[in-house]
Amino acid sequence: MDIHEYQAKDLLNQFGVETPLGALAYSPEQAAYRTRELGGDRWVVKAQVHAGGRGKAGGVKICTTDSETLNACKEMFGRKIVTHQTGPEGKGIYRVYVERAVPFSAEYYLGLVLDRSSQRVMVVCSREGGMEIEEISASRPDSIIRASIDPAVGVREFQCRDMAFELGLEPGVVQSFVKTVSGCYKAFRELDATMVEINPLVLSDDGRILALDAKMTFDDNAMFRHAQVAELRDKSQEDPRECRAADRGLSYVGLEGKIGCIVNGAGLAMATMDTIKHAGGEPANFLDIGGGATPERVAKAFRLVMSDENVQAVLVNIFAGINRCDWVAEGVVQALTDDPVDVPVIVRLSGTNVEEGYRILEQSGLPIIMASSLNEAATVSVQAWKESRERTATASSSSERKSNVPSHSIETMEKLS
Amino acid sequence: MSILLDSTTRVIVQGISGKMARFHTREMIDYGTNVVGGVVPGRGGEIVEGVPVFDTVRQAVEQTQAQASLVFVPPPFAADSIMEAANCGIKYCVCITDGIPAQDMMEVKRFMLRFPKERSMMLTGPNCAGTISPGKGMIGIMPGHIYKQGNVGIIGRSGTLGYEAAAQLKKLDLGISTSVGIGGDPINGASFKDLLAKFEEDHETDIICMIGEIGGPQEAEAACFIRDYMSKPVVAYVAGLTAPKGKTMGHAGAIISAFGESASEKVEILSEAGVTIASQPGDIGQTIARTMAA
Repeated sequence: MDIHEYQAKDLLNQFGVETPLGALAYSPEQAAYRTRELGGDRWVVKAQVHAGGRGKAGGVKICTTDSETLNACKEMFGRKIVTHQTGPEGKGIYRVYVERAVPFSAEYYLGLVLDRSSQRVMVVCSREGGMEIEEISASRPDSIIRASIDPAVGVREFQCRDMAFELGLEPGVVQSFVKTVSGCYKAFRELDATMVEINPLVLSDDGRILALDAKMTFDDNAMFRHAQVAELRDKSQEDPRECRAADRGLSYVGLEGKIGCIVNGAGLAMATMDTIKHAGGEPANFLDIGGGATPERVAKAFRLVMSDENVQAVLVNIFAGINRCDWVAEGVVQALTDDPVDVPVIVRLSGTNVEEGYRILEQSGLPIIMASSLNEAATVSVQAWKESRERTATASSSSERKSNVPSHSIETMEKLS
Repeated sequence: MSILLDSTTRVIVQGISGKMARFHTREMIDYGTNVVGGVVPGRGGEIVEGVPVFDTVRQAVEQTQAQASLVFVPPPFAADSIMEAANCGIKYCVCITDGIPAQDMMEVKRFMLRFPKERSMMLTGPNCAGTISPGKGMIGIMPGHIYKQGNVGIIGRSGTLGYEAAAQLKKLDLGISTSVGIGGDPINGASFKDLLAKFEEDHETDIICMIGEIGGPQEAEAACFIRDYMSKPVVAYVAGLTAPKGKTMGHAGAIISAFGESASEKVEILSEAGVTIASQPGDIGQTIARTMAA
């Protein structure tokens, strides 16, 4: 789970990390008011979106009067910001953070991640602040300083001092750097973060170490013990389909293709997408319905997949291990009877009671296309999708649309017309 | 003995009283696994699925000389249960639980380092389907009947994809020595490399199939190990060629966040190390058959 910059700064403040004076606004007028309230003569106005690269995309403005703030915010609010991290659809701006601008003399990068190689928290810093870490590791890999933290004792002062001197900090500010790194580590551990990134961390002209930006990501699996963090979730920053799915206990990721997928198991779901691609199609989504494919779950899955207007065919791929194919088949039949869909549906079953499962599908009289292997299921799905696409195209130009479609599709169409 | 268990391995089930745990305990016993007890704090003295329940792993080990454990405990308490097993002399632990906080697993891995090698515990999972040596026993939740006994070793992150591979092999009349699920979490127990080393020394295994996926460094690490130390042939499939960067694909660990973590990069690294790649999941069985014949 991601949170906004202002929320991350608020949390980090509680762990002793210093940030510039700032305040949140939900409208341009409020932002102008905040500007006056904060005092000073220069302010940074920052769009609050869950994405990096805001500056280049027009999401960060320097203002010197409250009317400049007002105008800058009028351009931001309600707009979508598109950066390399948001995807082409972008993310909406509904909140801005106004901060007193702080003159500084040096910028650094500071990041803490859950490192999968060492299976520990890794602290990463660099003198090349302001650049993204991917850029730094590509262009200045020698500038990256790392420290692996033993969870039994936590981050030690000597490790922070090592980094501080390596970064070339003056002895007078080393202690302040130690406090910042320790604070970030404590926040990371106590709040179950998976990432804390401060970029840039700056040395201000008045000799303070300040976090000018802050990003935090949290472990979804640990939110049960951090109600206050879980409350910071901002659904306006998430894909609405993924949100709906998560609320229904399904694991869904929306993609750009046309073939919807309903699969049990994350690995098999990814594998099904790969097979569709291999067969010449594009998957519309990742969807793992998990164990126990009850009719209710299958029905929910169908509704979710069909809520994507791009979907022109649906492939159901179930390997019934502990489940039974006949139960799954009943689930599919019930879901399609209660909630008919107007695109070809391809079902592949495997595992326990597979014959019985296919018999139930066949006897239902529903226009379900059956496939016996993963490869066949993908090939048939791609074929059915292409036919349905052509049919749609023909249907819009002519009324004699049944003439040259293969038999199983005719059956599909008769059922649906 | 197969790499991790055989028909005599004494197994306990931690969290045996839950509905799913009872069901799978029954399945394991019916398959022939030597389940000797269960652990549920406060429920000591009861009998579940015909085996005695103990309050602590310590008591269970003292009374039954248990050697292996299956952890079926809910996510908030699972890490503690794994540590309890390690502390009480269990040699092999399988954790099925999905949804354990990553930092809990970080602490588990640190805790496991406190034991000297001769009394250290092997952990597979969490968030896996378990381990099966067909015809001997299983510690996990897989459908035993889809596995045929044979000489192929399987290591995989995903449960259902492991079933898929086992079913394809059975269709080709090929069998499995041991199939191990290492789970889909970002911080897990044994890695691909750890199990490749076990299979390399296993007399019952002639070829190994790795089923990887996007995210994390363990496939690349395995590639180096295969190049430098493996004499047995290895076949691999990596799931997630169509997965977008930065999105979690079901498994908490299946997310591309760094260089070398995408499926295509992993495939490249593995094939450079001499691994035969199954380009599609539907071809895993055929690819193994061809490699064995070569």
